[in-house]
Amino acid sequence: MSAITTSLAGTPAAWKLPYRGRVGMACLIIAESAIFTIFVVAYLFYVGKSLTGPTPREVLETPIFYTICLLSSSLTIHFAGKFLERGKRGAFLSLWLLTIVLGGLFMYGTGQEWHRLIYEHGLTISANLFGTTYYSLVGLHAFHVTAGLVMLSIVLIFGLAGRVGVEQSHRVDVLSLYWHFVDAVWVVVFTVVYVLGR
Amino acid sequence: MSPDVMAIQSADAAGRSWTEVLHEWVTTVDHKRLGVLYILYALFFLVIGGIEATIIRIQLMRPHNDFVSPQVFNRMFTMHGTTMIFFVAMPVLFGFANYLVPLMIGARDMAFPRLNAFSFWLTAFGGVLLYFSLLGGSGLYGAGNAPDVGWWAYAPLTSRAFSPGHSSDYWTIALLASGFGSIGTAINIIATIISMRCPGMKLSRMPLLAWLNLVMSGMVLLAITPLSAAQLMLLVDRYLGGHFFDTQAGGSASLWMHFFWIFGHPEVYILILPCFAFMSEIIPVFSRKPIFGYPVMVGASVCIAFVSMSVWAHHMFTVGMGSYANSFFTITTLAVGVPTGIKIFNWIGTIWGGKIDFKVPMLFSLGFLIQFLIAGLTGVMLGSAAFASQLSLSYFVVAHFHYVIVGGILFALFGAFYYWYPKITGRMLNESLGKLHFWLFLIGFHLTFDLMHIPGLLGMPRRIYTYEPGRGWETLNLLVTIGTFVQGIATLVFVANLVISYFKGAKAGNDPWDAWTLEWSTSSPPPAYNFASIPTVASRRPLWDLKHPEDPDSRYE
Repeated sequence: MSAITTSLAGTPAAWKLPYRGRVGMACLIIAESAIFTIFVVAYLFYVGKSLTGPTPREVLETPIFYTICLLSSSLTIHFAGKFLERGKRGAFLSLWLLTIVLGGLFMYGTGQEWHRLIYEHGLTISANLFGTTYYSLVGLHAFHVTAGLVMLSIVLIFGLAGRVGVEQSHRVDVLSLYWHFVDAVWVVVFTVVYVLGR
Repeated sequence: MSPDVMAIQSADAAGRSWTEVLHEWVTTVDHKRLGVLYILYALFFLVIGGIEATIIRIQLMRPHNDFVSPQVFNRMFTMHGTTMIFFVAMPVLFGFANYLVPLMIGARDMAFPRLNAFSFWLTAFGGVLLYFSLLGGSGLYGAGNAPDVGWWAYAPLTSRAFSPGHSSDYWTIALLASGFGSIGTAINIIATIISMRCPGMKLSRMPLLAWLNLVMSGMVLLAITPLSAAQLMLLVDRYLGGHFFDTQAGGSASLWMHFFWIFGHPEVYILILPCFAFMSEIIPVFSRKPIFGYPVMVGASVCIAFVSMSVWAHHMFTVGMGSYANSFFTITTLAVGVPTGIKIFNWIGTIWGGKIDFKVPMLFSLGFLIQFLIAGLTGVMLGSAAFASQLSLSYFVVAHFHYVIVGGILFALFGAFYYWYPKITGRMLNESLGKLHFWLFLIGFHLTFDLMHIPGLLGMPRRIYTYEPGRGWETLNLLVTIGTFVQGIATLVFVANLVISYFKGAKAGNDPWDAWTLEWSTSSPPPAYNFASIPTVASRRPLWDLKHPEDPDSRYE
């Protein structure tokens, strides 16, 4: 928006528009929400409609620890952003790293759960409707967590190389917006799969 | 055109080999070039989709015709529908949005130029994938090549058992790729309009074209994504053995219908809103009056977007959803008629008492107004569950939606081509060839699509590859096919006009129509940076203010 600083006749005194990165991310979140909504609707529509086992009640275990990990990573990324805004790069980097570790733990938890479901209970994506909808919905979310982790790691690498400073903080904010969205989606997925779906 | 602009352009044009030019176009991130790429790409597929339509019509010209086999007929109507919606209508409208929105809001480019290029190439490769199915679709099974499941691809037609080989996969992945392209462009248009407006360009002063593209992009975010989600589910079913749409394992075929039409119906409005945008720019300029009821036009557009999100199941009245669902979707469908009617009244209000200039863009706009009204009336008929139960899956439905898409969308698009061609190329389209194009196309259109309603009322089902003689359909079908050829000839006249005028057309100058929006304040074609200095606006018609300093619009706002 630097071009607008040239003073022209009749220019409104303060012409300030929202940052395009935030607007773009907000739009992406709206679009992603619609995708998740369709998968959630499919999950709820097919609850209890599987013709064969295993059923959710038999095999699902509520992943409380890993849920706490993911949700608390929203806090760490928020404060990481705040520290960056104030120029405290060391605190930013350590909280950023903690966010990645918490996200990674969550992914490890998902991997554990899938391994158990597949090898102990024989629940695969083609086993029954529950398997199809469960792996699709949880997998879609896990894909978004993975994509988020990749982007967070890129920022971490640039940060360790000393390239992330106060002037990048509005861009880092855009990424944390995405991470908050991924966490919020988990609240919905958790409620649907582990609470309502059993 | 200022002298420095001239100098930069002539330096640009001199002494470059064609490989350099090609490289520039392939790697471009300029919103104007991407807009032109979108439009050219869509025109190419318009010709292909038109050829497919012609094949369909030749086959149906007389009873027991054997111009193509039933299998090829199925592929033709599938490819025709998919091509026309996803690879003609969407890209051409995105092309105009890309080209015009930054110019009209006084910006130098879109908010995310590289995302813009990425979105275009995603869409482009989507189209290539769809047509690659002609070569790669048979797969290991030796099954048919191009997709043949219809453009809505109802389950279980797309299951492995009924669609062996890879043709349905090419269809799915092509739509997935172009869908992500559309979402990228929609995000870009919204971010551009929210964050890149020039000083003084408040939302309440924005040209209606920008407003309508903003609403359209919002709809893309909410309506294209369900289709992408459903395509992902279909891929899970086809490749990973999932059961989403597998009725043998408890899955539901009607869930696919719901997901498809949650996309499919808003899609119609995604296509028509940019056409409303063209009308709202062209009609005032050729009536020499400002648009009538600007705030109401904006409100009606937002209202259409909202209501159209809850009408999808009117495509499913014969599925057996029950009387409550049928009543709900009948009411919402009829409700869309209200804001749409408001828009038609406002355009008439703009023309009323104006000094009408019957140039080609205005002729197409008037054609649009009348034909879109008729299309809306048959829409209201089909929106009623009782009536739709009688005529669902008949040629009446085919006639209705082609009336919307050809009589409405295509006429508006032709108007837009004649109106903005001078800005894009710097030369005017030939007026006499334009009039010939208009009248030929008008005759061909009405011959084809007016008459097509009647076999539908007489009970002719859609998607049949042939029919028995003696049912009273023969003459009508023959005339419908003749109308197709008239439209084909008219389109050739249009293409000839585009090519001839590019080389021999009269120089346009900056502002050939004496218009009022910002794109006409820069040179034709605009320089890469659009505006030498970012403009400042004080009213809805900045160029009027500039031309009439003694009586500017800003005085009344």
